[in-house]
Amino acid sequence: MLSVDVEKQLGDFALQAAFEAAGGATALFGASGAGKTSLINMIAGLLTPDRGRIVLDGETLFDRAARIDVPAWRRRVGCVFQEGRLFPHLSVKANLDYGRWMGGHAADAKAFAAVVDLLDIGRLLERRPGKLSGGERQRVAVGRALLMQPRLLLLDEPLASLDAVRKADILPYLERLRDAARVPIIYVSHNPLEVRRIATRVVMLANGKVTAVGGADLLDAVPVDMLA
Amino acid sequence: MFDLSPQEWTAVALSLRIALVATLVSLPFGIAVATVLARKEFWGKSLLDAVVHLPLVLPPVVTGYLLLITFGRKAPIGAFLADHFGIVFSFRWTGAALACGVMAFPLMVRAIRLSVEAIDRRLEDAAATLGARPAWGFLTVTLPLAMPGIIVGAMLAFARALGEFGATITFVSNIPGETQTISAAIYTLTQVPGGDAAALKLVVVAIVISLAALMASEWLARRATARLHGA
Repeated sequence: MLSVDVEKQLGDFALQAAFEAAGGATALFGASGAGKTSLINMIAGLLTPDRGRIVLDGETLFDRAARIDVPAWRRRVGCVFQEGRLFPHLSVKANLDYGRWMGGHAADAKAFAAVVDLLDIGRLLERRPGKLSGGERQRVAVGRALLMQPRLLLLDEPLASLDAVRKADILPYLERLRDAARVPIIYVSHNPLEVRRIATRVVMLANGKVTAVGGADLLDAVPVDMLA
Repeated sequence: MFDLSPQEWTAVALSLRIALVATLVSLPFGIAVATVLARKEFWGKSLLDAVVHLPLVLPPVVTGYLLLITFGRKAPIGAFLADHFGIVFSFRWTGAALACGVMAFPLMVRAIRLSVEAIDRRLEDAAATLGARPAWGFLTVTLPLAMPGIIVGAMLAFARALGEFGATITFVSNIPGETQTISAAIYTLTQVPGGDAAALKLVVVAIVISLAALMASEWLARRATARLHGA
C-alpha cells in the first residue's frame, strides 16, 4: 500500500498530487510535462518534495513535518527508467546482481533463474549493455529492479524510447511481470494503449494535479488527440 | 649515448622515484578534489578551484618558497609533522616529492574532473535506487567510469612531476643522491665548464621518459575506455 501526498515547486511548474496505490499495477497517466516523472522520482527518493508525506506499507518514507526523509538507497523501491540506465561498464549479469550485491544478500540462484526466465534474457548475461538492443536493455533493466527484491516497482515510461515493433515485443513481458511478481507496480505512461494493457487502476495527472482516479475505463474519456 | 655516470643514473632513478611517489600519494586527494568540484555545490567552491589551480600560474619559485615556510624543519606544519610523525620534508627526497605533487596537482585534478563531469549522474541515481549508499555508488559506478580520466590525470601528473624544477630546488635544494633530479642535474651540468655533453645525455633521457609516459597514458586510457564499453 502506497500513499502519496506531496507538493513541489519546480520553476514555474507547481506539482501538487495525492493518490494511493495498492497491489497490482497502477498507471500514472498524463501528457508529457504533467509531472509524472517528478512524482516517481519523489517516491524513489531522488527528488525531495517541498511538503507532504509518502508512506509505503506503513513505513513513512518522507514526512516534511516530522522531518523524515529515508534516502533512496534505503527505500527498496525498484526503478525502471525510460533510458534503462544500465551500468555500461558491467555485464548484464553483473547489472542484474547489482541490487543483491549492494543489499548484502547471498546469491539466490532460483530467484535469479526465475527472473531471467520471466524476461527471457538468458542469452544476454555475458554481454555488455552497449551491445543490447533497446528492447533487450529495458528487459534487463526490469530484471535488475526485480532482483533487488523491491517493495514497490516504479516503471517510468519504460517503452517510450522504443519503436512500435519493439513496444509490441516487450508488452507481453510486462504483462507477465504484473501477473507473476507479487510487487505492486506504478506504471508511468502517456500512452493509453499501453496503460490499458498493463494497469488495473489509473491515476490521471494533468498540469501537476491529479484530475481523476479510477479503472481503465477512465481512458475512454481521453481526448482523441492524446491517443498517439 | 646512455653511458651515464653513477651520479647521473642516481639522478634518473631519483627522478622516477620522486615522480612516482608524488603521483601515487596525490592521486587519492586528486580524485577527491576533482569529484567534489565536479559534483558538489558549496560556498567557497570557486576559491577551492582557484587554490587548486594556483601552482599552475604561480612562478614555481614562489610555490617552492611557500612550501619552505610551511613545511620546512622550523616551520609550524613541518615541525609538527617531524616531531609527531617523524616525517621530514626539508632537504629530503620526500620534500621533492611534495613539491612535485603540489605542482602536478592542477593537471591531475583537471583531467579527472572532466571525466567525472562527463558521467551521467542518473547512473548514480540508478545505483542509489538499487540500494547503493553514496560511497558504494561512487566506488562501483563513478570511479570505474572515470577510470580513463584518472589514468590520464595520473600520467600527466607523473610527466609534470618528472619535469619539476623551480619549486623543488627552492624547497629542498639540489643535493646529489637526495634531491638532485634529472632537471637539477642538468642545471648543475650547464653551470660547470665542459658539462654540455653530459647535460645533453640527460636531456635525451628526460625526453625519452616523458614521451614514454605520455604515450603510455594515451594507450592505457584508450584501453580503459574500450574495456568500459565491453570491447
